[in-house]
Amino acid sequence: MHISEGVLSGPVLAGGWALSAVGVGLGLKRLDYDRLMTVAILSAAFFVGSLIHVPIGPVSAHLILNGLLGAILGPAAFPAIAVALLLQAVLFQYGGLIVLGANVFDMAGPAVACAFAFGPLLRRAGKARAVGAFCCGFFAVLLAALLTACALALSGEGFVATAKAIVVAHVPIMLVEGAVTAMAVGFLAKVRPELLVHAPTR
Amino acid sequence: MIDELLARGASPIHALDARCRLTACLLLSLPAAMAQGLAAPLGILGLGLLLTLLSRPPLGVVLRRTAAVNVFVAFLWLFVPAATPGEPVWTFHGLTVTREGLDLALLTTVKANAVFFCVLSLLATIPAPALGRAMTALGVPAKFSFLFVFTYRYLHVIAEEYGRLVVAARLRGFAPATNARTYRTYAALLAMVLVRAYDRSQRVYQAMLLRGFHGRFPSLDRFRAGWPDKVFLCLMALAAALAAYGDWISRSGHA
Repeated sequence: MHISEGVLSGPVLAGGWALSAVGVGLGLKRLDYDRLMTVAILSAAFFVGSLIHVPIGPVSAHLILNGLLGAILGPAAFPAIAVALLLQAVLFQYGGLIVLGANVFDMAGPAVACAFAFGPLLRRAGKARAVGAFCCGFFAVLLAALLTACALALSGEGFVATAKAIVVAHVPIMLVEGAVTAMAVGFLAKVRPELLVHAPTR
Repeated sequence: MIDELLARGASPIHALDARCRLTACLLLSLPAAMAQGLAAPLGILGLGLLLTLLSRPPLGVVLRRTAAVNVFVAFLWLFVPAATPGEPVWTFHGLTVTREGLDLALLTTVKANAVFFCVLSLLATIPAPALGRAMTALGVPAKFSFLFVFTYRYLHVIAEEYGRLVVAARLRGFAPATNARTYRTYAALLAMVLVRAYDRSQRVYQAMLLRGFHGRFPSLDRFRAGWPDKVFLCLMALAAALAAYGDWISRSGHA
């Protein structure tokens, strides 16, 4: 779900950069050098994970995984997503530097918000954790699609139809993300519970 | 899949200082992305194409990436011309294509491609480690550059690990389809990649501490901006200013 360069209007681009700078700044402030390496390598794992194409009916879509990243990293998901998107710009030229701010906020904002909203559920056991993880995956994509759509719609009346199409197209992806996030969190809770302890408590 | 296909080369662009290229990329992208008329982004597009030629990239890579960028643009052409209110040009089964819609779609296409060629020639030609240091030199927080450099460093390792797991799954008869089993398998694959990435990060960090890591990396090669770098940066700044000024003139001319 990338917005390409050249679509958004000046104020939306500037707003995206400002919000992302604040998010990255806050995320980095809480992140000390002991955990930096872990965040970097997990960010790489997410970059790779988001290249996974899963079949959904007749088509396939790639996973976004911002909800899972938020569930594991908490606020540090913000800089992690920023880094991954910058790398996509450098390696594949998906979006340039100007639209990067908006794209980072669209993806990372929902990731961190969901981590705070459903973090307490993630720390419980059994069904509550599965529900929390599903919500993380589902709502992170839903919010990301809505933010992307808002950024488009705010940039011009002509983009409103595109914005609606983006939200509708992401409904099946939300369900798959929710399911995959729930199963992945269940797996991690069994195999490496310490990976989940950085989810925010409040 | 994740190689820096453009970062190594012996072209005049590759010889420029990484900080200058990063700054020039930002300077040129800005007026192209903000423009409201066609002239400024067209000018930047021409300059971007020229810079891309100068950087002598492999043609296949350029074509593939240009196509990828324009897929999203094509998606916009499906919706925007008929969704923008304005003077109708063409009506088809109740859809009205407007002049304003066509103009907006065309402007977006030119802008997207203008920024794309700037990024392709100026940003993609910088190897990731040098880009990390260039960002720090230009005031980006050191922790962010650290994350960037190490995410890049481990991308290939993790991708290889994931590839191995996929091969193992396939050898055991895994065929993706739309069912719960597929999603469970992907979730397990993904979680396994994360577990291994986490374990690896612990080992790497311990190894770094053992070698005396205390938050920064001393680097052997220094940035050196000679007069060609300065001249290049000035020229690019001039071009960006011209584009911005031209767009501003055309905007106030219409008002």
